[in-house]
Amino acid sequence: MNRLKSQIIKGLEQSLRFDGRKPFDWRKIEVEYGISKNAEGSARVKFGDTEVFAGIKMSIGKPYPDRPEEGALMVDAELSPMSSPEFETGPPDIKAIELARVVDRGIREAKTIDMKKLCLEKGEKAWMISIDVVTINDAGNLLDASSLAALAALKNTKIPRLEGNEVKYGELTDEALPLTKEPIAVTVLKIGNHFIVDPLVEEEEAFEAKLTVTTTDGIICAMQKGGDGVLTVGDIEKMIDIGMKKAEEIRKHLKGSK
Amino acid sequence: MAYPKRLDGRKFNETREIEAKAGVIKRADGSAMFRIGKTVAYAAVYGPRNLYPKFLQNPREGIVRVNYAMMPFSSKGERVRPGPSRRSKEISMVTEKALLPVLHLEEFPNAVVDVFIELPQTDAGTRCAGICAASIALADAGIPMKDLVAAVSVGRVDEQVLVDLNYDEEAFDGKVADVPLAVVQRTGHISLLQMDGEIEKGQLINAIKLGQETLKKVFEAQKKALKEKYHTEGGEE
Repeated sequence: MNRLKSQIIKGLEQSLRFDGRKPFDWRKIEVEYGISKNAEGSARVKFGDTEVFAGIKMSIGKPYPDRPEEGALMVDAELSPMSSPEFETGPPDIKAIELARVVDRGIREAKTIDMKKLCLEKGEKAWMISIDVVTINDAGNLLDASSLAALAALKNTKIPRLEGNEVKYGELTDEALPLTKEPIAVTVLKIGNHFIVDPLVEEEEAFEAKLTVTTTDGIICAMQKGGDGVLTVGDIEKMIDIGMKKAEEIRKHLKGSK
Repeated sequence: MAYPKRLDGRKFNETREIEAKAGVIKRADGSAMFRIGKTVAYAAVYGPRNLYPKFLQNPREGIVRVNYAMMPFSSKGERVRPGPSRRSKEISMVTEKALLPVLHLEEFPNAVVDVFIELPQTDAGTRCAGICAASIALADAGIPMKDLVAAVSVGRVDEQVLVDLNYDEEAFDGKVADVPLAVVQRTGHISLLQMDGEIEKGQLINAIKLGQETLKKVFEAQKKALKEKYHTEGGEE
């Protein structure tokens, strides 16, 4: 066991972490809406020093052939080299791809957006929604912060005016997106025999296994296990309970999307 | 078509509202936010740090790499595809050249200083805002510097010479010239000069002089941002 890990475990035995938090404490969470006026919707989320931006761009396209009556959703994430000395320029690496896919699955599988309402003409014309997440500062737990930022940006979105097939960017209508659910992702880390949420960068270097649990209305809509270590069924049960309970605390920060 | 009054009511030598802040990104060695009107730039500096692959290293002096990027949702029109474009690569390059003259590269041979610029919201003047943010971030990172650099676009709309064109002015239906300009504070020397549109020599020289004058205010904003950061930090400790 490396020194960092043994230090972290030593602290956790007394329910203490490097920044003074208890295992299940969040850092200060801040959600700010409308931070990019050219996006159809946008938000900035901070978990302590961790900071991410998310923005929505809408366009008109042809529905996918297997879903002719639905709009489409795309999620992209950039681990900007601005946000950590570990991140590099260049095409998205596997960490950025995983981040985008976990955010995507949470929103998609919870049926957050009523995709049928985004279809304007069956098989021909529908709204395409792009969610882009860009990290600004990585002080740990980019995943939960990114999921929350993506959802907050969706809540902040107003549909732009349409003239035929041309989107009149910058001319937003009063119409919000047809949102039905608010999925919240909570990542629970296992370090030694201890569980924690909202990890710091140091804790992300020392964990054995983690589970990201995305839930809405008491239902699990997406999960992702990470790390090189394994989990028992008992661990998973505990982690889901923690994830669901802690999600409700995050949800409180979502009020007032204006 | 004459341009007697600016579309947003500014004076011809007046920039849009400016806001500058240093030390906004904790992981970075230095960082800054610079806003001019609706254009917002973040800059983060990492280094001097080791440069790999090794053949890129220069034993005489350090190198600076700039990476400029617009966030995909930052533009007035369609989504901007993430990743480098011809445009962003060129802007990265000219930004690098704009900053180079004030850096003491000989102080960190074999090493690299990385400057990352990201724009969450844009309304013309992005490369200039990026340079202003980067200059603050480099100073915040403690990179040895001779001076600050600031940048603003100057140019003409119809027969009028003016500073800091916004998007609507760039798109003005008439004769327009857009001249991004970076200036070194104490010498007034010019380290970035580009131009597109049409302009006569006399107008251009007038525009550049107007830019040099206007940038004095921008330098003040940059220095204020740096002082504020170190003032608060000193107060807390």
